[in-house]
Amino acid sequence: MADRTASVRKPRLAVFKFASCDGCQLQLLDACGQLMQLADRVEIAQFLEASSRVDPGPYDLGLVEGSISTAEDVERIQAIRRDCRFLVTIGACATSGGIQALRNWGKIDEFLSAVYASPETIDALATSTPIADHVPVDFELRGCPVDPHQLLDVVTSVLLGRRPKVPSQSVCVECKSRGTVCVAVARGIPCLGPVTQAGCGALCPTHNRECFGCYGPAEAVNLVSLTGFYEQQGASREHLTRLVRGINGYSEAFRCESDRLQEEPDGVSTRERA
Amino acid sequence: MHPENHPTRPEPRGVGSEELSVGASVWLPLDRLQGVIDALRADGMRVVGPQVAEGAVVYRDLERTSDLPLGWIDEQDGGRYRLTQQAEAGVFDHVVGPHSLKNFLFPSRDTIGRFLREDGTWKQLEDLPPEPPLAVLGVRACDLAGLAIQDRVFLGGEAVDPHYRRRRESLFLVAVNCRRAAATCFCHSTGCGPAVTGGFDLALTEFSGRFLCDIGSLRGAEMLAKAAAGSPLDRCTADEVQRARQQSAALEQAMHARREVPGEPRPRSMEMEGLRDLLFNNLEHARWDDVASRCLSCTNCTLVCPTCFCASVTEVADLSGDHVERERHWASCFTLDHARMHGESVRSSTASRYRQWLTHKLAGWIDQFGTSGCTGCGRCITWCPVGIDLTEEVAAIRDAPPPQEATP
Repeated sequence: MADRTASVRKPRLAVFKFASCDGCQLQLLDACGQLMQLADRVEIAQFLEASSRVDPGPYDLGLVEGSISTAEDVERIQAIRRDCRFLVTIGACATSGGIQALRNWGKIDEFLSAVYASPETIDALATSTPIADHVPVDFELRGCPVDPHQLLDVVTSVLLGRRPKVPSQSVCVECKSRGTVCVAVARGIPCLGPVTQAGCGALCPTHNRECFGCYGPAEAVNLVSLTGFYEQQGASREHLTRLVRGINGYSEAFRCESDRLQEEPDGVSTRERA
Repeated sequence: MHPENHPTRPEPRGVGSEELSVGASVWLPLDRLQGVIDALRADGMRVVGPQVAEGAVVYRDLERTSDLPLGWIDEQDGGRYRLTQQAEAGVFDHVVGPHSLKNFLFPSRDTIGRFLREDGTWKQLEDLPPEPPLAVLGVRACDLAGLAIQDRVFLGGEAVDPHYRRRRESLFLVAVNCRRAAATCFCHSTGCGPAVTGGFDLALTEFSGRFLCDIGSLRGAEMLAKAAAGSPLDRCTADEVQRARQQSAALEQAMHARREVPGEPRPRSMEMEGLRDLLFNNLEHARWDDVASRCLSCTNCTLVCPTCFCASVTEVADLSGDHVERERHWASCFTLDHARMHGESVRSSTASRYRQWLTHKLAGWIDQFGTSGCTGCGRCITWCPVGIDLTEEVAAIRDAPPPQEATP
């Protein structure tokens, strides 16, 4: 492979940021110590987290972090899409709107006046939305933040022209594979692991905490059954709504469930059987 | 238990005292059990045993008997597991936790090959990471049955799994006769317990601070002889052995006699008679959709099952593409990938995936391996996050025959 890339031009990589905390870009900067190896394989044309040098497009691979949160973002993502052969979104913000999508359930003006001394200086949209709501996306990499191994696999996959090896099964697979005891079953803590996509290595359950759904909904989810069981075990509807409406709260499956939990009156058993 | 699970072992010769022979029973106080652990470790074995961690009794590396879960019992129900302390509880009065022998013999992730590309040519590296032989303390009858089932899967056919065989051949088993059953236990239905009847090196029956220890193998006798060096162990009388057997028989009778008590977890049982035909004759039963409305497709039941053996193999390359590790990891029939072929999953509905699991476990397994794939350990009930109970699903199908048979 090294010989082949030496004879042709290196693929050009660009990294873009929208409304986000930069944590996913830091994962690329970390890249399990393989960033220099990556830099041998690709030309890093734009990566402001690492260098202030910005080379113009077009790019072979664009990695997009962050959600669409301003009118300017709406314009900018269109231009980026035109510049990138492959566009991959990285992280919860870019793939589901992120934690800042909590504002989608509130009133933007109230937030602005509560947070900013001069709200008139802020030009923000009423919603925070994922990149795929605005432009076609070739691959969405989940996580808050993304896992550096998965990120490297996606980049390598684009270079090699194969499908990324990113599992869509539940976090439970990772708990059981590590031998971690289920926090929901053994401690009665409502946990989103059974409906959340794997990728983190079951980080929170390994530290005796519930899964917060950082990787978004798994491939086949049944939130109504899960929250119904947690309610039977004594969890309040308010607690469950807040749990589901978190980092990936605006992803479709989680959004529908938190809306249902909020709209249906308390005490309605979703598991009532004849 | 099945007769083929009881390999005939030669009588030990010249090992320790004359008393320590296969088939003999001796008294082993708790401090002398420490001697057995020490002897196993001195023999280069990794010893694991039940310990309290993360709110459950799990298998961990064991050095001291003081780390065993003395005084703890586990209360189990669908989707619920709680440890409680009980003054009169012994060292082994918990039953089964989320871990089983599967976690060690068929680990969740196993590097089964390493490859290197040099000058454009691939070569396989032979050196897989070395592993010490394993001794497991506290194995129950249902887990020995699970082991026998996995033996048939990995060793019984034409294709023998070398990774499983390597671990299995050196495995040392200290079994334990259960003195109590959780509500989720139904080994009395499957015929896998609660009495340990064979397939062990040593088997313990607990009696207030000491154990009646049955010697099941030459290696068991050897290790016991090392533990007894310098201070002989008391041989059990025929009456004492009878008392130990009676304890297991009484538990089995009690399990058969269990009845549902309001406000307490329902004691499980499963009618095994005609189960294969019942399930195969009801592949279109409405119950599959009913259970699918509750099932999360999260895979927990399959991963805690001591007999589920599905795995997937992936090759993991580094960024250069010159170093590749071939990894085998647990797979589950509840994922879409498991039945994906030509880009699509042939079991796209949860109903079809649950049906696949249950009919394979309880029916197809019989055709494939000659026995049911279920040991009655109840792990799939306890560790299902929404408490789906296979005994309940089977009973529902049994109680409600398909419409064409219901109408005369």
